[in-house]
Amino acid sequence: MSTQSYRLPQGGLIDRRKPLCFQFNGRRLQGYAGDTLASALLANGIHLVGRSFKYHRPRGIFSAGAEEPNALVQLETGARTEPNIRATQIELYDGLSATSQHCWPSVEHDLGAINNLLSRFLPAGFYYKTFMWPPSWWLKYEHFIRKMAGLGMSPLDPDPDCYEHCHAHCDVLVAGGGAAGLSAALAAARAGARVILADQDFRPGGSLLYETATIDDRPADQWINHTMAELASLPDVKILARSTVCGYFDHNFLTVAETVSPGNARAPRQRLWKIRARRVVLATGAIERPLVFADNDLPGIMLASAARTYVKRHAARPGKHAVIFTNNDSAYHAALDLHRAGITVAAIVDARPAAGSEVSAQAQAAGLRMIHGHAVVKAHGTKRINAVDVMRCENSVAHGAVARLACDLLCVSGGWSPVVHLFSQSKGRLRYDGNLTAFVPDVSMQNEESAGAARGIYNLADCIADGAAAGSRATAACGLNPPAALPRHPVSQPATGSVLPLWKVEAAHTCHDKSFVDLQNDVTTADLALAAREGYVSVEHLKRYTTLGMGTDQGKTSNINGLAILAEINAAPIPEVGTTTFRPPYTPVTLGAIAGTEIGAHFDPLRTSAMHDWHLRAGARFINAGLWQRPRLYPRIGETEQQTINREALAVRHAVGLVDVSTLGKIDIKGRDAAEFLERVYINRWRNLAVGKARYGLMLREDGMAFDDGTTSRLGDEHYLMTTTTANAVRVMSTLEYWLQVHWCELDVRLTSVTDQWAAMALAGPESRQVLASLASADVGNDALPHMGYREMNIAGFPARVFRISFSGERAYEINVPADYGLAIWEALLAAGKFFGITPYGTEAMAVLRIEKGHAAGMELDGRTTPDDLGLEKMVAADKDCLGKRSLTRPGLIATDRRQLVGLIPVDGRTSIPRGSQLTLQPEQPLPIPMIGHVTSTCYSPTLEHPIALALLSTGRARIGERIHALSPLTGSRVEVEVTPPIFFDSEGKRLRG
Amino acid sequence: MMLIQCPHCGARDVSEFTYGGPADVARPADPLATSDAQWADYVYMRDNPRGPHDELWQHSAGCRRWIAVRRNTLTHELIATAEPGKLPPR
Repeated sequence: MSTQSYRLPQGGLIDRRKPLCFQFNGRRLQGYAGDTLASALLANGIHLVGRSFKYHRPRGIFSAGAEEPNALVQLETGARTEPNIRATQIELYDGLSATSQHCWPSVEHDLGAINNLLSRFLPAGFYYKTFMWPPSWWLKYEHFIRKMAGLGMSPLDPDPDCYEHCHAHCDVLVAGGGAAGLSAALAAARAGARVILADQDFRPGGSLLYETATIDDRPADQWINHTMAELASLPDVKILARSTVCGYFDHNFLTVAETVSPGNARAPRQRLWKIRARRVVLATGAIERPLVFADNDLPGIMLASAARTYVKRHAARPGKHAVIFTNNDSAYHAALDLHRAGITVAAIVDARPAAGSEVSAQAQAAGLRMIHGHAVVKAHGTKRINAVDVMRCENSVAHGAVARLACDLLCVSGGWSPVVHLFSQSKGRLRYDGNLTAFVPDVSMQNEESAGAARGIYNLADCIADGAAAGSRATAACGLNPPAALPRHPVSQPATGSVLPLWKVEAAHTCHDKSFVDLQNDVTTADLALAAREGYVSVEHLKRYTTLGMGTDQGKTSNINGLAILAEINAAPIPEVGTTTFRPPYTPVTLGAIAGTEIGAHFDPLRTSAMHDWHLRAGARFINAGLWQRPRLYPRIGETEQQTINREALAVRHAVGLVDVSTLGKIDIKGRDAAEFLERVYINRWRNLAVGKARYGLMLREDGMAFDDGTTSRLGDEHYLMTTTTANAVRVMSTLEYWLQVHWCELDVRLTSVTDQWAAMALAGPESRQVLASLASADVGNDALPHMGYREMNIAGFPARVFRISFSGERAYEINVPADYGLAIWEALLAAGKFFGITPYGTEAMAVLRIEKGHAAGMELDGRTTPDDLGLEKMVAADKDCLGKRSLTRPGLIATDRRQLVGLIPVDGRTSIPRGSQLTLQPEQPLPIPMIGHVTSTCYSPTLEHPIALALLSTGRARIGERIHALSPLTGSRVEVEVTPPIFFDSEGKRLRG
Repeated sequence: MMLIQCPHCGARDVSEFTYGGPADVARPADPLATSDAQWADYVYMRDNPRGPHDELWQHSAGCRRWIAVRRNTLTHELIATAEPGKLPPR
């Protein structure tokens, strides 16, 4: 067990009474409650965490927060493993296990580091260039590139953890729990607003957690505790810790990813909040920028604010001998804090020509060495920095003598960039502030405002005041009355001066070294220059070509430096270059959290009929039809599927079968104008349909294409029941509602979907009447209930609607009963039919029966077929208008070469015709072979004892009797077929009328 | 995630609604009297404006009414909504 040799003897917001054991790359280490993985590693003297994306260079801990580009680890193992997790944000827990990514065999000895030597051959746009030229080579090296690319490994096993979604509403959502966010939340909550405060850290406070200054004469962490306690005491305040506001969408809809309880396998792992806020205060703070010089990626180089965080918050020493390199005053705070913690500060290298601010005077008083007008031009070391070269520097160009300073820690500060990600996601417009050298929020597009460092206010007292003012304004905008005057909190913070733009440091002797702009994606200044030379001068193109700003960190530390360098290359002002688009999420969100509980059986609702349990008991094999689960077939032991289908279909042809058709859409239509409504919807006549009769109807889209079909029955004078296909039930209902509500308001018609209210089954076959008669309370003979007739009656004592309609081509009755009676009637029919050999049949046999009868179904109603194509042109009533009718005479729809519905049989009488086959006259032609049609539905006909198919064939009806060829490149088959009429069996319909 | 003001149900999340195209497309009174070009214009041609746009949304997971919504296609601002068969007042 390690001794935490870099742990400071006292201080920090850690609990030394709660030691935690963890493993990193197999080494057993110890940290404390309150540590992050990064701070615990530093306390154990570990800087080297991973290898870089492209060159496999050693990389260490660079930041202390969400912006971390380097210290990404593979967290845990097996099914719970997570790749690319920022060590800087993981709250340490007992038993945590993490490994370095993207290195082999180990992070210390990584063979991939050869890329660093080969970097001459891995220029900007490397992938793009390998894709493009020479094209055939890509196939050869794709395998190797894929192996080399990427960072962590995704888990291969199903995720054993659970996740959840939570919806919430509030008056004021405050994103960020730093100085501005806390005071905004408090101001809003005191005025009575419903407040949600979300902070990404496991401990609120933001930069206050490393602040030395006092607030109200109290240490900053006491001010945090005091504020949090008051917030917790107020009603309607919800505080979300470990919660990152990751997306800002339309109409103040925001998503928050909450890590619920790290390391606790029994709690949900993450919770995704979906919050609708009346006002939003974005107190997201600012991110410190790196400085760009040769070999600026070595472990031991970190942001000054990060060094400060580790020393002050975590009592972990990131080094013993530090050099500070800065272009602004904030790093002086870091220098003073490091100095007070006993870390030797060898020098503060300041690119600005002279000192002057209050904080630099404090540094002077502390005896710190300051080197103004100089820059660090190069870092030395292999897996850890051991020295820096310092030179005089003017306008980003170094010159003069090189002084070498030994160090094991280099703290850099290139100024600060407000975190404008959420503001930009909300479509707000940014403005470049030259004094701050940063983009700041300018024009809001939604009900939000930014506060504190998120809009470039860095002075602590101003931040607190700005947050309170924003909170008050947000509350007032919600119609509440905040107090007019806000208390000002005195802060003991020394004043700071200005920032000097310094986007990169150039020195003659380091021009062949790598100066990294984007650490995560290994993008160097040379890459940006090359991309610009190759013409990629737009910032969006530059991003995609060089990968600047991509990856898991989305360039949080690199974007501004990158576009400023591009501006220099283009000799354009920075605002003209602009930024790339900020898209959600702010930090990566695991897919599990996005899916929430909607996985497995909960992915979609499942619809089953009232007879579903019977189907299960009967051993049915199911098929998913939309959300419905329908029995495909009911196999007997020892049967092949084809044997089952044949048996079921033949039972209907020769005896009697029973099929569950509950899934058909059912729409109850009532009203004085119901008949007129049907006339407008369907192509055929409806006014003359008598009560107690059913009719087949076809409806078109306005473009003339068949939309849906089914039977509609007249139940009463002003009462109809429409059936639709299973697949279109929802769309038909919605479309009918559209016409009634938007265009035909004058019609007195009411529509009710009753699909789920009625169980439906078809009793089909020559013996169906016998079976029905034995249970029915009414006469079901051919006179009382002829083909296309309808009667209400009791069946086995249950109320039922019986429709004499047939899809199978046999004498058949469709029986609708209230869903609760469905199973009872189904079982009663089976019992009554036992003597006749009644056979339950599934969708497969049903399809066979309908193909034998040439009925068009989903395959034929594919949105490209007209009534004429389907052979239903005679249905179109001449003396009325209906939806789509006008389109039927448009030139394209009366073209003579349209594909028409025909039947096909194999010439040899036995070869099956693959579904989707293309039809041609010239199978021997060189490719591309001219095609004249395609096979839509196909099956083996047990009735005819040979394969049959339906097809859509150009001028098909005129080709009946011709021999053509069906080609299926998918199955590699070619079948000579004869064109026939689409109805293969009982074309006069004697059986169904009998 | 837009928030749509349904005239019947109040402010509801966009996920409860189904988009239904522009709201101001009138079906010709006598389709059989239209020319091919006029009919094609009605069936196929739609404006794609940048800015305020009257469009139909069905509250399909709510009252099932086809309401008219005036929406700024650029900013997603919802300007007004109206009952089925009507357009929001200008």
